[in-house]
Amino acid sequence: MATRLPHVDVVLVGFGWTASILAQELTDEGLNVLAIERGSFRDTVPDFATTQIQDELRYAVRNELFEEPERETLTFRNSMDQTALPMRHLGSFKPAAGAGGAGVHWNGQNWRFLPTDFVTRSHTEQRYGKNFIPAGMTIQDWGITYDDLEPFYDRFEYLCGISGQAGNVNGEIQAGGNPFEGPRKRGFPLPPLKRSYGTVLFDKAAKEVGYKPFPCPAANTSEAYKNIYGVQMGQCTFCGFCEWFGCGNYSKSSPQTTVFPVLLKKDNFKLRTHASVTKVLLDNTGKRATGVVYVDLQGREYEQPADLVILTAFAQHNVHLMLLSGIGKPYDPVKNEGVVGRNYAYQITSSVDVFLNDVVNPFMGAGALGQAIDEFNGDNFDHGPEKFIGGGYIALWTTGGRPILQHHLPKDAPKWGSGWKKAMKDNYLRTVSLATHGSVMSYRDAYLDLDPTYRDVYGNPLLRLTFDFHDNEHRMSNFLTDKAQGIAKAMKAREIHANPRKGHYTIVPYQTTHNTGGAAMGTDPRTSAVNRYLQSWDVPNVFVVGSCAFPQNAGYNPTGTVGALAYWTAHALRTQYLKKPGPLVSA
Amino acid sequence: MRFLPARRRVLKAALLPPAAAVVPLRFVADAHADSVAKPGQFSYFMPVEFTFVEAAVARLIPNDELGPGAKEAGVATFIDHQLSGPYGRAETWYMQGPWKQGTKEQGYQLKLTPAQLYRTAIADIDDWCSKNGKRAFAETDTNAQDQMLHDLENGRITLARAPAKDFFQMLLQNTVEGFLADPMYGGNRDFIGWKMIGFPGPRYNYVAEIDQYGKHYTMPTIGLLGRDGKRTKES
Ligand SMILES: Cc1cc2nc3c(=O)[nH]c(=O)nc-3n(C[C@H](O)[C@H](O)[C@H](O)COP(=O)(O)OP(=O)(O)OC[C@H]3O[C@@H](n4cnc5c(N)ncnc54)[C@H](O)[C@@H]3O)c2cc1C
Ligand code: SF4
Repeated sequence: MATRLPHVDVVLVGFGWTASILAQELTDEGLNVLAIERGSFRDTVPDFATTQIQDELRYAVRNELFEEPERETLTFRNSMDQTALPMRHLGSFKPAAGAGGAGVHWNGQNWRFLPTDFVTRSHTEQRYGKNFIPAGMTIQDWGITYDDLEPFYDRFEYLCGISGQAGNVNGEIQAGGNPFEGPRKRGFPLPPLKRSYGTVLFDKAAKEVGYKPFPCPAANTSEAYKNIYGVQMGQCTFCGFCEWFGCGNYSKSSPQTTVFPVLLKKDNFKLRTHASVTKVLLDNTGKRATGVVYVDLQGREYEQPADLVILTAFAQHNVHLMLLSGIGKPYDPVKNEGVVGRNYAYQITSSVDVFLNDVVNPFMGAGALGQAIDEFNGDNFDHGPEKFIGGGYIALWTTGGRPILQHHLPKDAPKWGSGWKKAMKDNYLRTVSLATHGSVMSYRDAYLDLDPTYRDVYGNPLLRLTFDFHDNEHRMSNFLTDKAQGIAKAMKAREIHANPRKGHYTIVPYQTTHNTGGAAMGTDPRTSAVNRYLQSWDVPNVFVVGSCAFPQNAGYNPTGTVGALAYWTAHALRTQYLKKPGPLVSA
Repeated sequence: MRFLPARRRVLKAALLPPAAAVVPLRFVADAHADSVAKPGQFSYFMPVEFTFVEAAVARLIPNDELGPGAKEAGVATFIDHQLSGPYGRAETWYMQGPWKQGTKEQGYQLKLTPAQLYRTAIADIDDWCSKNGKRAFAETDTNAQDQMLHDLENGRITLARAPAKDFFQMLLQNTVEGFLADPMYGGNRDFIGWKMIGFPGPRYNYVAEIDQYGKHYTMPTIGLLGRDGKRTKES
């Protein structure tokens, strides 16, 4: 029997990026907030000290900071006629486990989506006609607009201390910034980072080809910064052990460096670690959550009553908990009914390696130090002749030169032997790589449900992922890869080697941890699991926050938008829900 | 195990670089002096397994005119340590059945942990050699070793129990890891791997250097356990 614990006002499931924001905002409202996190507590000191964190084998190769599939993983198949098998070790994506969530080990590539990204369906229909959308593609509008979200994008950027160059302030295009971005009310809190040699070469080449390159918005601080909660950060040192590692220098924006110092001092906030939530409890009407059940490391079960349950466990984990708890109707792709698990999407990426004569010192870098072009993102160009939907940015990132996983070799280089050695010696210091980062639309046959066979350590069915890249995405990605090759050619390279994304989606190797959808937001309860405030249509005292709300995925990294949505939800809770608990939108 | 020292000597002779290769003698002498295995000094391997792995990694990253290779860098010891730890036991992996062969998109679906895969595959390779009238891998010449590695890599050899390709991929991956990981894990001895490619180690702060475009970074190599004091003269 589960031990019943004293009641709290709010339970947050997980303690990553979104939970930290919600905890901070809701404790300010005077509520008693408890975050329940499956991993351990960790902080800059001692866990990310530079005397131990810069260890590629331990953290990037052996995955020490991430989720352990042994405890929970998912099963995967490309299509409904296959049998899904467990992801036995981490591959394509690496979900977090531990305080700070993936905010600890993200790159900090912090983007806003384009205004048209929030109205993908209506905009596409309007510009290209209804027939432009292929059969089986289930894209839809978000139910909110860029303008709704703008103040909350701003707040997340000023929480983080984003380094960057604005491209559009109140409709006025700014030199050197991204001219395609949606209008922002003010510039970034910090100037752009210093540039690496690679980004300078990219900038020059992209301009030669006729594009408008700009410094990528970075959650790595270009200067010392004091954020909206008064928390102090220091200047990034370009240590090159950024993504997949924690920052030992208080320079990468994370819950630890932006929220914890204030939040953890509050009497009305509590954190419970090594506690895995296995279920949200509902009362006998099924329309009200009464709390959650969690299991500690010894397997003991606890019942934690709460008035408000907020799922902040990361995209697919939120969906998993909804399915295990019976919140919302599970999606059935055959009948094309139900919403929970529907519209899963991801990111499609490719790269072009550029082998130069000059030394570029790849090991000097930061997770979000890059230069990009946005000409081919969203609907920034005419899709009519291309006959696909979506797009992406093309960037040259210099995130680091960790020797095991971050070396690039020419196409003909041997995989081993003296030839491999020579290729390593000749190229390690002289290679840069262009990345394309493409959107993925949603489809009727790309979804999440519960696996019929495999179970996690708690005895619950694993989540099952059914997903493949569709023709639309391949064509879009090839288009981006060609454009990237055009820039690479202008870089006066010794050799260029394109790595297009071919064939089926595969669960190995690593691509991105940009899993989206499964609990889409929207205006219609038949096609969305949550309303425009991320509130469950079915159980109004449950909110579901994260990239699972994206109805399809845009051509940018998700967290700028995830952070903005967390603030958007916090605002709705503070200004509407707490005054009058109940559905914020009538179904 | 009694036969081991003799076997080791054969191996050592076979692996000395060809006369044409210009390798500073001190590398060869030093490295060989401390890489000769002694029974009982391993964390996971049996001596005969260590012998196999040391011979194999010496072909995957050979000692040649560019400098010492994986054997001299201590990669076999690195792999031995890795296999005796959480990685070898697949401690964080999902290892519950049912076990099925998946598509290549579904990734690793073997019931074997990395440690078990090495043990099974090495024994299988030995068996394969004796069944096919060949000398054991570690005792044969380097050309024959290279051929056998290519055959494993391409799945041209079918082993009794272990999938040859999966084993080869794991061995290659672990060899590169051992050559390029921080020396505190037993490989990349004296920063052999890092110095070859020009990685200075976890230096931490490049604010002053990042915009010195096109310039070599000249600070000495460091590791998480500090500077390579005794060897800096060589670099
Ligand atoms: C290596 C890496 C690099 C990335 N780089 C970028 C980038 O450059 N730009 C970008 O935009 N995004 C990036 N991301 C994605 C980004 O980190 C996430 O979008 C962001 O952290 C999501 O916030 P979240 O609160 O939804 O989830 P998280 O921050 O992951 O937090 C979720 C927390 O919930 C906990 N949890 C899960 N299930 C349970 C349960 N059942 N019970 C209790 N606790 C639970 C987890 O342990 C975790 O701590 C990256 C991610 C990774 C892994
Ligand atoms: S690159 Fe900068 S932000 Fe990233 S971990 Fe290093 S010091 Fe921190």
